[in-house]
Amino acid sequence: MIEVRVLGSGCARCKELEKMCFNVAAENNIDVDIQKITDLKDIMSYGIMQTPGLVINGKVKLSGKLPTAPTLLHWMQEG
Amino acid sequence: MNRNKLWFAATLIAFWFLVYLNLEKLAALLSGATGLSGVKEGYARSFEFFIFEVPKVLMLLTLIVFVMGIIRTFFSPEKTRGLLEKKSLFLGNVLAAVLGIFTPFCSCSAVPLFIGFVEAGIPLGVTLSFLIAAPMINEVAVILLFGLFGWQTALIYVSTGLVIAITSGYIIGKLKLERFVEEWVYEIKSVKTETEEEKITFDNRIESGYAAVKDIVSKVWLYIIIGVGIGSLAHGYVPEDFMAGIMGKSAWWSVPLSVLIGIPLYSNAAGIIPIVSVLIEKGASLGTALAFMMAVIGLSLPEAVILKKVLKLPMIFIFFGIVGAGIMIIGYIFNLIY
Repeated sequence: MIEVRVLGSGCARCKELEKMCFNVAAENNIDVDIQKITDLKDIMSYGIMQTPGLVINGKVKLSGKLPTAPTLLHWMQEG
Repeated sequence: MNRNKLWFAATLIAFWFLVYLNLEKLAALLSGATGLSGVKEGYARSFEFFIFEVPKVLMLLTLIVFVMGIIRTFFSPEKTRGLLEKKSLFLGNVLAAVLGIFTPFCSCSAVPLFIGFVEAGIPLGVTLSFLIAAPMINEVAVILLFGLFGWQTALIYVSTGLVIAITSGYIIGKLKLERFVEEWVYEIKSVKTETEEEKITFDNRIESGYAAVKDIVSKVWLYIIIGVGIGSLAHGYVPEDFMAGIMGKSAWWSVPLSVLIGIPLYSNAAGIIPIVSVLIEKGASLGTALAFMMAVIGLSLPEAVILKKVLKLPMIFIFFGIVGAGIMIIGYIFNLIY
């Protein structure tokens, strides 16, 4: 099971990233646990400065922008 | 590096220059074809203004956003934070304001950015210099000023924006207002999670340029067309000196009034600047118009609401008060000079 955390307190891109994660996981039959983290303190505890942030299996993968679908898939498969 | 991509970008830029440098002729051709060329009626003057200004501004916007998109790949909030750590107060403010222009910034990330800076030990005043400069001196505003007024006005705007960001942040730093920051901000200790350092290739940078164009131009093109549209109508129909009484130099109260009206007007720069350019053409003074634009772009209620999460109410008022006062002073100075 891959642990995916989407960090963001409600910006448009944060919602988009969450949707992307669900779609990529579903299309490729990856077993994931996707959770959105909206509390500022929790978001900040990951040390990012831009939202959305993406954390896969405890590692911050990116912040402030959206990944491409293939990159996202690659990260999930890696994890 | 992918050679094809480089050639493609170079070809696009060459084509851009070809069209841009001949834009006046193309617009004249179009107005000639409609038979409106030389007609002195209001509608003809509005039309000629519109068909020249809209493509001109949109083209400038596309090019500069592309270039800025590439430049911004060299900067990141993390790098900026690193550069600002352990800088003395005044130098820190100057650096923060300048970096505010180049660091990728979205107002939705203002709070995480604020916390990230403060947590790293960057003084409050320096952090605020960054947060004032970043939204106020944005590329859309600067391009529109360049396109509609010329490079001198664009330069004035950038430098006065920097002065306001630096001095406001410096004053806030001197006032030692840390007690007005919500306590929990200082309690956050971010765990140093492993962040993978991305390798950015030249291809990635060019792609970021395209992405910025897609992102920003798709958001603002409509505002520009509407803004220039209203501007064109005023250009054709509103008499000269119409604004002189309300926004002219002689009306001393116009500067504070413009700032007060500007704060709740959270229009983006794209819509407001074309209208302001016509206000000036119709007799508004430059200082008053400049103060109005800065208040609209740099001070906004949504931003206050976002910052309210990390700053206590008195701090929000002080912040708006100092920046607002700075904008007014700049407005008066320009009314005096010009």
